[in-house]
Amino acid sequence: MSEIQAKDTSGGKGGKKRAKKMSTKIDMTPMVDLAFLLLTFFMLTTTFAKPNVMQLTMPVKKTDDVEDTKIKASEAMTIILGKDNKVYYYFGLNTPLDKTVPKPELLVTNFSASGIRQVLLTRLRQQPKTIILIKPTEDSKYRNMVDILDEMNITNQKKYALVKVPKDDLDLIKASAL
Amino acid sequence: MTPMVDLAFLLVTFFMLTTKFAPEETVVVDTPSSISDIKLPENNVITLTVDSKKRVFFGVDAPQTKIQALQKVAAKYGVNFTAAQAKEFSNIPNIGMPIGQIGSYLNMDKEARKQVNAQQPGVPLDSLNNQLIDWVIAARTANQAIFHKPTYIAIKGDGNADVPTVQKVIKVLQEKDINRFNLITDMENKPVAAAR
Repeated sequence: MSEIQAKDTSGGKGGKKRAKKMSTKIDMTPMVDLAFLLLTFFMLTTTFAKPNVMQLTMPVKKTDDVEDTKIKASEAMTIILGKDNKVYYYFGLNTPLDKTVPKPELLVTNFSASGIRQVLLTRLRQQPKTIILIKPTEDSKYRNMVDILDEMNITNQKKYALVKVPKDDLDLIKASAL
Repeated sequence: MTPMVDLAFLLVTFFMLTTKFAPEETVVVDTPSSISDIKLPENNVITLTVDSKKRVFFGVDAPQTKIQALQKVAAKYGVNFTAAQAKEFSNIPNIGMPIGQIGSYLNMDKEARKQVNAQQPGVPLDSLNNQLIDWVIAARTANQAIFHKPTYIAIKGDGNADVPTVQKVIKVLQEKDINRFNLITDMENKPVAAAR
């Protein structure tokens, strides 16, 4: 400390004569630099420490006396998450056993802004009461699942559910060879 | 300048004391991103980490809860832990191995543990040997007893984790009537004018 004091006084022009009279002030600049560095560091680490979360509420466990909700074919839309970040989707219901229902047309898209998001937005305009069934296949990644749930938030979907992918839908993908 | 420096140091002290450094994670996962801006609650959080190798890790934030949960699960499976081992356990952020192996893991020193961390098999959660649900239930009841607060379940999945594993975790918890989950994600900017 005393060294700093001695050096400090030589700053002025005519410092030679006054050199014997030691200044009581020390140069605080490096200390303040350090203080602010630490301050910035701790401030940044505290704000970024907490991760963001996306809330997911699953339906309450089914009891025997409650029936499955029936979905109208006109309101239904199915999104199937496939391999390699592919998104398959079709409108209506897929019931191959029921011959009265026409086979839905399976389409494929991706997770980009011009992909599934545009599909969802167009659909929402045409049918505001859309119910979306999200079916992640075994080949899809967790990232895909989060992405599609995110798209639901982005496009303000009211009703969507995460469900298991039935065999019929897997057959549909296989048959359409997309 | 003195008042400014005073203030700066006051702030430094404040941030130093309030910062909690994240303990070294047992497993590193790369979470996917979402536009959600909800923050994870500060405490009473049970974190279930799912990594890309289908392993599931269990973790809970409060050390006291951790110790009680360990004792409860240990009692159920007939395993004994010394007080020192339990203390050591409370310092570990998360664990991904069957209860039988935890004892020897706790006896290792830090360096040896790092070696083992990569080979932790994950907490078993199949229907015959479902230790994950025991951990969650034990941690919930312990947390309720100590802090009188409900716990949040956070799922921290790696982007490349497979969906069946995540769905299995969700299904296991749903069987115990736990239906609310927080999926930990990175932040992503909201797309401009996407919704209209």
